[in-house]
Amino acid sequence: MTQIFRDSESDLAHRAKWFTGRVAIYGALILWTVICLFPIYWTITTSFKMAPDVMKGHMVPWWDYTPKWLGWKSLGLSPDTIGAESTVRDEFMKRFLNSVITSVSSSALAVVLGSLAAYGLSRFSYKFGYMRNSDISFFFLSQLILPPVVLALPFLVLYKSLALLDTRIGLILLYTLTVLPIVIWIMRDQFAGIPTELEEAAMVDGLSIWGAFATIVMPIALPGMVAAFILSLVLTWNEYFFAALLTSTHANTLPVMVASQTGSQGISWWSMAALSFAAILPLIVIGVVLERYIIKGMAAGAVK
Amino acid sequence: MADTGDLLHTVTNDNLSPRRVAFGRAVIWGSAGVLALVALLQTLHATGQIDVGLTTWRPTLYAYVLWAICFCWGQVLVRGEQGKRVLFVLPAALFVISMVVFPLLFGLVIAFSDWNLSSPTGRKFNGVDNLIQMWGDPFYWNALRNMVWYTLAIIVEYAIAFGLALMLNSQIRARKFFRVAFLLPLMLSPVAVSWMVGKSMMEIRFGPLARLARELGWAEPSFFGSPWMAKLTIMLMDAWTFIPFMMIMILAGLQAIPKEVQEAAKVDGANGWRGFWEVTFPLMLPVTITVILIRIIFKLKLADIIINVTAGGPGGATDSVTSFIFREYRDRSNVGYGTLLAMVYLVIIILAITLFMKLVDRWMRPKY
Repeated sequence: MTQIFRDSESDLAHRAKWFTGRVAIYGALILWTVICLFPIYWTITTSFKMAPDVMKGHMVPWWDYTPKWLGWKSLGLSPDTIGAESTVRDEFMKRFLNSVITSVSSSALAVVLGSLAAYGLSRFSYKFGYMRNSDISFFFLSQLILPPVVLALPFLVLYKSLALLDTRIGLILLYTLTVLPIVIWIMRDQFAGIPTELEEAAMVDGLSIWGAFATIVMPIALPGMVAAFILSLVLTWNEYFFAALLTSTHANTLPVMVASQTGSQGISWWSMAALSFAAILPLIVIGVVLERYIIKGMAAGAVK
Repeated sequence: MADTGDLLHTVTNDNLSPRRVAFGRAVIWGSAGVLALVALLQTLHATGQIDVGLTTWRPTLYAYVLWAICFCWGQVLVRGEQGKRVLFVLPAALFVISMVVFPLLFGLVIAFSDWNLSSPTGRKFNGVDNLIQMWGDPFYWNALRNMVWYTLAIIVEYAIAFGLALMLNSQIRARKFFRVAFLLPLMLSPVAVSWMVGKSMMEIRFGPLARLARELGWAEPSFFGSPWMAKLTIMLMDAWTFIPFMMIMILAGLQAIPKEVQEAAKVDGANGWRGFWEVTFPLMLPVTITVILIRIIFKLKLADIIINVTAGGPGGATDSVTSFIFREYRDRSNVGYGTLLAMVYLVIIILAITLFMKLVDRWMRPKY
């Protein structure tokens, strides 16, 4: 059988160009993936290395070195030490728990306060003195500019006299403050997208404003609230500056614990790697599982 | 309160009884009275005139919280339906005011006093001495200069983030995988990153990055040896964690551009490069400005990585303002001077950002 249609020379050139374009894009994508993931891979593998493996620069487990539980043993989290008493593990768990409590409760508090404020601002017109809605919004959002260092030292002194230094409550209040503008920003966008007819219908049916908010609006805005919550969680979990200044023994969070161990680098890389990895693991899980919400939250701010 | 402009119109039949209104006022003023009384007692106690046996200012705090709750409740009692509306914004407003405005005012007092927490003398008002000291402090000016350099690095970060967003927005397979992978650095705590990258991967003897640098022909890699190299390394690590943030926002902007616009441009003969510069990029300008503004705000808070990797070294070459003040407190407990530096920083930031927004405004206007 003879071929009827034949690719001409110019068509083939076009295909070649398309092909090189593809290769270039995927090459760039894969290169950046490696840049993003290699430090995480390096930390995981290092936590299973022994001193000679670290020094020889072994990279691939089971191929150029045999994984050992050394790093995790020093944290009391390896299979053979998990049942036994371990002061290091207790310490780690305490810090871990502090991090969970402070980040979850401050994010929750910020989402509650921020959603209410954003809803009010998107539905009613206020007048507090000379301040109108846009001024109030600007007042909330302008808190984002405030660098933490400005508040840090006054809070240090204030907390000292209020006996809130080195307590979780103190940290929670400050963290709520730092993420509140972001929550208000995201939620304002969310509520603006919900038609007011919904609430009007609900109020005709006899619900109060708060009833309409709780039963009609909140379920619709829930994805936005989840997005705001997750973003706040990421920011508060990773917060170091306030935690380092305002806590010392009781309310230390994980970043402070990690930072306090970095001084001893070179001595026990494997335990530092295990500790670092344990500190970032919850957020890696959240990032992979709830990626959609994080992107939604950040996109809310970008496109208006 | 004028009802004009409310998006949600409500027909309210508020028949508030005079007794309810009176009770509401009593609640507000009564709790305010309790607050004033407790505060007065505590002040007298603190100045040593009477002894109530208190060690902390907690009672005043509790009285304040009580007042705040009663104030919110009183709004509903006194103003009925209007009060219920105010109740949406009031808690957040009270929270921010009590957490920002009071400490800022208090910070102003601290800023103009000589106060070293480790010295036994306590606080002394010293006028503008701190300002004079700041004027002659080369390290503070150095830190400010560094912040300018760090902020300028945002342009490069933006270019990379835009490139990545364009690639993610094009026709590729496994887009979700790449998106998750690109997002992950943002999720990592800067403190962990400073160990993972700054201290272990860049370790001179056996860090993988040092090995790579040696392979590439850099005989003796040292990432924190010379001032500029150290600054560049800090910029790189900060960029690594924050590029995903810019990328996601730009990607959202790209996806909001209607496909028809680009197709029309293609029909008109604008191929890849021209199509980007003359269609996509101008359409992205509003997003660009938002992204860069937010990134600047976050960049101005840069501290964690510097504190943990270089502690400002070598010779203050990598110091940011925040990390400098952090050490000022950590090493010398110098609260008064540190607060003044922070206040000056805040003023500079507000001026710079206002200027930036004004410039952007002027630059954008003729185009639209």
